[in-house]
Amino acid sequence: MLKTLRQITSIGIVTEPAPHVDDALRLRERLNERIRTVLGRALCVRHIDAGSCNGCELEIQALNNPIYNLEGLGIRFVASPRHADLLLVTGPVSRHMEVALRRTFEATPDPKLVVALGDCGCTGGIFGESYATCGRVSNVIPVDVAVPGCPPSPTRILQGILTALARSTGSTEAGDTPLMSNSVLPSG
Amino acid sequence: MPMRTWWEDSPVITDAPRSRVRQVSVEHWLKAATDAAAAGGQLLALWAAPDPREASAAVIRAALLTHLGLLVLELRVHDGDLYPSLHELFPAASRMQRAAFDLAGARSDDLDSRPLLRHAAWPADAHPLRLGAMPPAYATPAADSYEFVRVEGDGVHEIPVGPVHAGVIEPGHFRFSIVGEKVLRLEERLGYVHKGIERRFTDLPAAAGHRLAARVSGDSAVAFSWAYSSALESLCGCTIPRRAAFLRALCLEVERLQNHLGDLGALGNDAGFGFGLSQFSLLKEQLLRTVEQVFGQRYLLDAVVPGGMRVDLSAQGARALAARTAAVAVAAGHLKEIYDEHSGLRDRFVGAGQVSAELARRLGLLGLAGRASGQAHDARVDLPSPPYDEIVPAKIVREDGDVAARVTVRFEELQESCRLVGLLLEHMPQGAYCIDIGRAAPDTLGIGLIEGWRGPVFMALEVDSGGMIRRCHPHDPSWQNWPVLEHAIIGNIVPDFPLINKSFNLSYSGHDL
Repeated sequence: MLKTLRQITSIGIVTEPAPHVDDALRLRERLNERIRTVLGRALCVRHIDAGSCNGCELEIQALNNPIYNLEGLGIRFVASPRHADLLLVTGPVSRHMEVALRRTFEATPDPKLVVALGDCGCTGGIFGESYATCGRVSNVIPVDVAVPGCPPSPTRILQGILTALARSTGSTEAGDTPLMSNSVLPSG
Repeated sequence: MPMRTWWEDSPVITDAPRSRVRQVSVEHWLKAATDAAAAGGQLLALWAAPDPREASAAVIRAALLTHLGLLVLELRVHDGDLYPSLHELFPAASRMQRAAFDLAGARSDDLDSRPLLRHAAWPADAHPLRLGAMPPAYATPAADSYEFVRVEGDGVHEIPVGPVHAGVIEPGHFRFSIVGEKVLRLEERLGYVHKGIERRFTDLPAAAGHRLAARVSGDSAVAFSWAYSSALESLCGCTIPRRAAFLRALCLEVERLQNHLGDLGALGNDAGFGFGLSQFSLLKEQLLRTVEQVFGQRYLLDAVVPGGMRVDLSAQGARALAARTAAVAVAAGHLKEIYDEHSGLRDRFVGAGQVSAELARRLGLLGLAGRASGQAHDARVDLPSPPYDEIVPAKIVREDGDVAARVTVRFEELQESCRLVGLLLEHMPQGAYCIDIGRAAPDTLGIGLIEGWRGPVFMALEVDSGGMIRRCHPHDPSWQNWPVLEHAIIGNIVPDFPLINKSFNLSYSGHDL
């Protein structure tokens, strides 16, 4: 127990500030201000792998590490789409996951946001469209924000989630103020 | 016939360490496999390809790992003929044969003829690798039915899980048959992330296939892109510079570190010790950042290219990597003490999801999980390609075969990989990091075998005279290990499944292709 406590105190708090909103990632906007305010304080995210190579999953998992400290921003992953406000979808959508993706989308209560992740989620990527894949996520369900990258870094993923929540500024420049600040501030 | 006779009569596969290939008749297919099994051999991969010379035939290949080396058997089968199933010799063959039928239309005489990779996205008589033009996108599939094995008796009920799982993981379906909390039987149904990778390979020139290979299973990108490149280089008769081989091994060991760090944290977390996840995920993030600084990417999806490496390593990069891995080794050492002394973790780890050495041998359990169940195989040592002939890894083997053993193997392999990174950096040769590979010989089998973090990653490649890929089969050790997970869970309680599953951490994408 002493070793555990010593390890915790020797590392301290390593969390970094959250990234800025990036309107360049936005495909559409439909949330009204009131809902945005409500969701913004505590966002529940349901991840769906609709056919990914598992590269994007590694970077999504990294969001929970102490450096990105996703829960410190009030954002957490939930186990059921019925508890979710935002769906984080990876992969070219395989035809075998098409029905499951549609059903998960339908099971998520409105209002809901969808963020498509990775080159495959944005365009179908290297796998394209074929007898086995439907290609990009927006070919199957409506997408609000698409984050490219192979895989996108945790910072880009977080930026995508925050952009989905933020109001569009009408420009593609990154916003000046972060939407949320970490409840725990970084030390040093 | 003794194994040695089969071996000595078989032509050598050029530029692949101790590898041979032979064409066999139906009788010899079964005989050679029987002799290989009797000599302690294992089935590494089984796959089918359309016969390029005859539209109504297919070629089935089985790659057998024996003490003499890797022997590939080739059998031509005409449409409508059943070839002898190898599942009684190697139980893992059953699923591979079902997949070979789904994709290439050659059917074995195994009684289990349920589709595996085909759900409802294409009709049973359309075999994607057989169709000339790219198969059309068939009508949106309705959810299909699948015949799970029913367990009956007093109080038995089923829990269906998936394909969308509760955590941030890949999709698949698990059907548990249970009494109370105890699992009587688990049946997996995979194939949800089938992306048509093998068909997609045939659209690509051989010189571009490594990018797709790296994305067969993103967590094993270095292993797959190296295995692919090495298969292509063997077809080109090209030997990569020593520096390139050292750099590839450096990336492979870094990939092993990244995954072991991630898994050790997740295993602590799944046993209720959140501290472990925080600590290990921090170590992993720090390593990823160093790797990005050195190679320009956090995960090495585009590091290995045919002919060598995409980027060279700078002296500054080498120093940064040496310092980081040394720090990881020290920190992981402290954390191992904490894990070892934590009574709650011991309680969850010890005895959970046990696979005895005998069961592991019979089912052909591979890689890390195999080594935790007494199967002392490691392709880096058994069939080494440079630089592992000079920089020799220690095999980490445990006998217990439970979650605790798989955790221990990870901890020790992590230390071993840190040591190997140090050695590779210390002995890094000067010279070119990439060369031109030249032209690939058409109509020949090229192979690559690399021990990834999960186990042996195998790649079989053929190209045509125009330099396009004719057939490429990537094989992840998850094919062998998924069926063993069904055994590991028997008699355990349902709440221990996530922990046991994580201790194997198998690939869905690498399996579903």
